[in-house]
Amino acid sequence: MKRIISFPHLGNYYIPVKYLLEKLTDFEVRQSPPITKKTLELGEKYSPNDVCIPFKYNLGNFIESLDKGASILVQAGGGCRYRYYAEVQEKILRDLGYEFSFIKLISKDKMRVKETYNIFKKLNSKLSLYKFINTFIITLFFIYYMDKIDVIIRKRIGFEVDKNSFINLREKMYKDFYNCNNLTTLTICYFKYRKKFKKLKIDKPKNCLKVGIIGELYTSMEPFSSYFLESELAKMNIELKRYTDLSYLLWKKKLTTKHMLRKTKHYCKYTLGADGLDNVYRTIKLAKKYDGIIHTKPFGCTPEVGAIPIIKKVAKDKNIPIIFFSYDSETSNEGIITRLEAFYDLIKYRKEKK
Amino acid sequence: MKKIGIPKALLYYYYNDLWIYFFKYLKLNVVYSNQSNKKILSDGERLAQDEACLSLKLYLGHVKDLINRCDYILVPRLYSVKKNEGVCTNFNALYDLVNNTFDNINILNYNIDLTKNENELLGFLNLGKELGFSYINSYIAYKFAKEKSLENRIRREEKQKYNLTTNNTKILVAAHPYNLYDELVGKPIIDYLEDENITIIYSDRINHKIIDSECEKISTDIHWTHSKEVMASINYYKDKVDGIIIISAFPCGPDSLANHLAIREVKNIPVLKLIMEDLNSDIGILTRLESFIDILKQKKEENYEKNN
Repeated sequence: MKRIISFPHLGNYYIPVKYLLEKLTDFEVRQSPPITKKTLELGEKYSPNDVCIPFKYNLGNFIESLDKGASILVQAGGGCRYRYYAEVQEKILRDLGYEFSFIKLISKDKMRVKETYNIFKKLNSKLSLYKFINTFIITLFFIYYMDKIDVIIRKRIGFEVDKNSFINLREKMYKDFYNCNNLTTLTICYFKYRKKFKKLKIDKPKNCLKVGIIGELYTSMEPFSSYFLESELAKMNIELKRYTDLSYLLWKKKLTTKHMLRKTKHYCKYTLGADGLDNVYRTIKLAKKYDGIIHTKPFGCTPEVGAIPIIKKVAKDKNIPIIFFSYDSETSNEGIITRLEAFYDLIKYRKEKK
Repeated sequence: MKKIGIPKALLYYYYNDLWIYFFKYLKLNVVYSNQSNKKILSDGERLAQDEACLSLKLYLGHVKDLINRCDYILVPRLYSVKKNEGVCTNFNALYDLVNNTFDNINILNYNIDLTKNENELLGFLNLGKELGFSYINSYIAYKFAKEKSLENRIRREEKQKYNLTTNNTKILVAAHPYNLYDELVGKPIIDYLEDENITIIYSDRINHKIIDSECEKISTDIHWTHSKEVMASINYYKDKVDGIIIISAFPCGPDSLANHLAIREVKNIPVLKLIMEDLNSDIGILTRLESFIDILKQKKEENYEKNN
């Protein structure tokens, strides 16, 4: 029997990750079961009390995967507390009596090609460096194209004529992307679908409401953790913009930090840790053309707590409405919807007054 | 003459010696904010975000306390003080946070970020330049201050080593120094323990040379310099003391993971984890301390009887 390799969820990114792992290893790749209330309960039960909520989701994902028979787990790591998730989660899971091997993709905050290659080489001794790099690049483009399409979708989905037309087409696109074996076919596929998405029928008034979503990365990328904020907003016929996506975190952030520091120099002299500065920069940028800003974060997210006073100040100076959502495991859906509706009324009123 | 204000919170507890000798050498006056008190806390709570940690709230209160009492307020910014390590993101944002929270505030700032090759020396040279001293003057002052502060640290470490050899009941109090020595957070606990005639072992007085090696025994991945000290002390002292008290502010990002990991390594002695949030009444904390000490004493007696 093949061993099963599994990894936690982050929005739709399980598709490119699955693609990568399937190409590079001989194992059966199975992402964690979809996130439900049960996942959070499981994660909550075994996590330290005051840890931030992505940790709990991740841990819940792992437990559910292990229960389904997975024996190899993959955790990405990254900046801030994410960097430290893997070790603590591994210890908690071992204490629970599970047997598995654990792979950390990013160690010491930086991803090095050679180190990562060695990790995969251990899993699959037949893997050649050429194939590794090739697959890796295709996966990166996979993510890049996914994010590009998502930008188009966010702009239009609030005004779709046929219900679920965007979501259904996206599902189809993912399937086609998944079957591409090289960069050329993937690129052709991407352009084909871009055309299709732009041709989907929409009914968009010229002065529609526009809202930007900023904030911590997990809550903005994983719809479940923000109680499906984006689809709720789409129901209200709002055009959306969101900066944080995986391609942003993987390479765009690094390239734009200097530019952001220049643009925010009126408020910030240094980076604020994690995505703090990015959010200040986004607030300044969004204030020019958008009607409102929504900031999401898990409860107790230290970098965002440091940045929020500055974001508030910017929003006040630029006169743009902003609302802050802080998600905890006890947050109720109704409370969020009520606040969102009030926010919607506010920005609508402001727009009409103009 | 220019007066420099130092808020008695957060980094003060790590760098006070360095700062004070540096400024003394350059013949500058230094004013401190008052010890933490109820007014400072309520000021801080009003200025800070609801979700900010207790220590950050106190810090802002201390800055407020200094306004109009000095020409400059010293607010450094730390990003990475050791290679491949980071600090809590509150320290990353500290300067900009203070600058944006208060209007018309004159901040004296230096930056330590090893990822961009800005080390401590460079930071102090720039600090000296801003105050109008030549690089040479600042360099000598920095070297002098560094030496003195290291001397002081070693003296404290020696004292701790001596304390460890006594036969008295010993308790390790593990916390970030800005919680440990704060008048409102850690001081009541330390006072209580001293009244009970208990020898206190402080987590920040561990031999600084063994921090890395001790910490690695618990955790290989941890990257917060300040949490490493706490973890190393827990691992190093766990066989040498009778009990451990861990103090942490709510909500602390690094502590939420690091303390969790450290506690599971301690098996034979009782551990008390105190998370400080509401400081309006310390009765709850004192009750817990009392029962913790009762347990310790009982355990010690049992051991004593067993041995005889």
